[in-house]
Amino acid sequence: MADRERDAHSGVETTGHEWDGIKELDNPLPRWWLFLFYICIAVAAVYWILMPAWPTLNGYTHGILNQSDRVNLARDMKDLAAQRGREGAILEKASLEQIEQDPNLQAYAMAAGQAVFGDNCAPCHGAGGGGGKGYANLRDDVWLWGGSLADIQRTITYGVRSGDPDARMSMMPSFGRDALLKPQEVDDLTEYVVALSHRQANPASVARAAPVFAAQCAACHGPDGKGQQLVGAPNLTDADWLYGGDRRSIHDQIWFGRGGVMPAWRNRLSAAQIKAVTVYVHVNSGGSGLPAATSAGAAAAADNTLASDAAK
Amino acid sequence: MTTVIDRTSGGGPPSEDIHPLYQKRKAIYPKLAHGRFRNLKWGLMILLLGLYYGLPWLRWPRPAGAPDQAVMIDFAHGRFYFFMFDLWPDEVYYFTGLLIVAALGLFLTTAWLGRLWCGYACPQTVWTDLFLYVERLFEGDRTQRMRAATQPMTAQKAVRKVGKHAVWLLIAAATGGAWIFYFNDAPTLWAQAVAGEASVAAYLFFAVLTFTTYMLAGTMREQVCTYMCPWPRFQGAMIDRHSLQVTYRYDRGEPRGAHRKGDPWTGRGDCIDCKQCVVVCPMGIDIRQGAQLECINCALCIDACDEIMTKVDRPTGLIGYDSDEAVATRAKGETPRYRVIRPRTIFYSVALAVVGAVMILGFQLRTPYQLHVARDRNPLFVRLSDGSIRNSYTVKLVNRLYVDKTFKVRVGGLPGLRLQSPGLKPVADTVLATVAPGASRDVRLLVTLPQTSLSDAMQPLVIEAAVDGQVLQARSVFISEGAKP
Repeated sequence: MADRERDAHSGVETTGHEWDGIKELDNPLPRWWLFLFYICIAVAAVYWILMPAWPTLNGYTHGILNQSDRVNLARDMKDLAAQRGREGAILEKASLEQIEQDPNLQAYAMAAGQAVFGDNCAPCHGAGGGGGKGYANLRDDVWLWGGSLADIQRTITYGVRSGDPDARMSMMPSFGRDALLKPQEVDDLTEYVVALSHRQANPASVARAAPVFAAQCAACHGPDGKGQQLVGAPNLTDADWLYGGDRRSIHDQIWFGRGGVMPAWRNRLSAAQIKAVTVYVHVNSGGSGLPAATSAGAAAAADNTLASDAAK
Repeated sequence: MTTVIDRTSGGGPPSEDIHPLYQKRKAIYPKLAHGRFRNLKWGLMILLLGLYYGLPWLRWPRPAGAPDQAVMIDFAHGRFYFFMFDLWPDEVYYFTGLLIVAALGLFLTTAWLGRLWCGYACPQTVWTDLFLYVERLFEGDRTQRMRAATQPMTAQKAVRKVGKHAVWLLIAAATGGAWIFYFNDAPTLWAQAVAGEASVAAYLFFAVLTFTTYMLAGTMREQVCTYMCPWPRFQGAMIDRHSLQVTYRYDRGEPRGAHRKGDPWTGRGDCIDCKQCVVVCPMGIDIRQGAQLECINCALCIDACDEIMTKVDRPTGLIGYDSDEAVATRAKGETPRYRVIRPRTIFYSVALAVVGAVMILGFQLRTPYQLHVARDRNPLFVRLSDGSIRNSYTVKLVNRLYVDKTFKVRVGGLPGLRLQSPGLKPVADTVLATVAPGASRDVRLLVTLPQTSLSDAMQPLVIEAAVDGQVLQARSVFISEGAKP
């Protein structure tokens, strides 16, 4: 201490640190500050006793309060489940229409439905429900198995080709691969389907394919190709294509007869969760048969019904 | 009887009052001052403490569903009630504006009148003043307290000390108690708190505020201002040589010295070195050393000095609100000029006026309704079966009033569009959405344009919500990029 430098003006020792000729004075701490420091040390000692603190060779000291974030998390999750159970009960009681029309129930169903959708549906249908090749777009007006609230709920509950006894079920034959039709006939049918969707096609092929279509395809897709929701047969005359609308894609579909699988969710989700996600999907897309407001006014509702009927 | 420590000599052992680890607090026994500033401070103390303790109990009738407490911060429901106003969380920027106005006001008054806030209005000053009042009540004024401090503990002394601390704790508890009433309905919480049924948070804040009040106003006092508060450290940036501060007028006072009755006043200053300005100082400093970091400008030394000056038959105001510049000018024998209008006071005034005007204008233009539009980005657009394109929007409608309000929502700017909203009934070209009192509602809008109406990859549109004759508008776009075959 003796050889430490003292500041001439204040008489206080310096720390010996110097920046640009400015020296730091070593002023003593106020006593209350020092006490705070001692209190902190004491608190640390108490903390070691109460809380998990020190690592040991095969674990750690648990502390007498037995505080554990794992245990806390488990408890919080249980509380959350109980809370969701209470709110879910409200959804279970209300009808799908009531949920959609009531602002509070709709808001709750949308929030809950978004979580369910994100966890379970988004991997195939996309985070926004926009779908992709082979996975149905849930934001448009095309519903293979019906777009009413009840239809959507049924599809989610039992799935499509899921193995569930009540599943949505249909199977398009692999006309080419299984040699049900000759390659030339598949080529002609491709042209026929292109013509159905109001595009330019080879008239000779279309003429050749007409009897084949009537014999092989009309049973499900209808004589005019407008599809049938009962068997999930898509409308071939509109602009929407699950597996692509170009000639190559249409040809491949006739050749292989692809059909997607959607799991039955009734064993994985609660009834309330299924209701919530049903409303979520319906509100996001408008479902089918939703009345519209237009500047033309009243004519709109009829117009819209027409559009939704044209589901493929 | 003062020990002079020569700090400039250097070397040698450290003096007795400097411990190598810590500095002991020098006990201060402020004497009670009498005079106009002391009276002003008593009045301000009653007013400010009355406001703080009483405000939560003031009632203000509001419609059903809202509390009838005039001032209340309702965290659970996200509302701040202040008499006829209630603010929602999204209006928190009014608080920001209020804080900016407060800061600029502080800067302006500091540049003009020094540490006005510290001396009269700061809670630390007000509560310390109150605690000192209690201390004098139990232990007497300065001389009695100083004498008691040197004497051994007696029963009487112990009773006085216990009484003082008990009253301090009572005041501290009342302070902590009043705080929690700002966040809950005061009468309800009072009943709960007394019955032991209030929330843990309420008791916790009560305990913390009680403890800090007791510590800061009872035992820490001037150390809070000197060591803890950042304001004294940078208030020097607002003060200049023209700021009016509590000042010892050395031009008049020096040379100082003892004065016997009948002695002439010629050839000497008016300061008789009675140290009354020092003994009344709650910060324990000598104002005659000029402006100091510790000085909170409480003006009690003015009262003390005026009393003495009256006694010795000299004019009062040896200590008073004055500027360094004026004192220096008078010391040179010239007439001082006081400059209230200076670049910094002009700057602070203009800034204060601008921020204040923006705040008032913003508050005047505030509507009880809000419309926000969030456009769906995933997917950007959807192609429907007939080739038309659909965009979706989530519209948030806010109704801050205490009655149901029906918004007529329509979309303009695009010919031939079709508007749908799940759960809402269309009427002509609008959909009607009723929003509950004091609530917001999300409404899904599906907007469909036929192929023939697609003129551009991105077309602007306007979403309008009409309510009560007002039309709220929000701009958005309709995207169909690459959607046209």
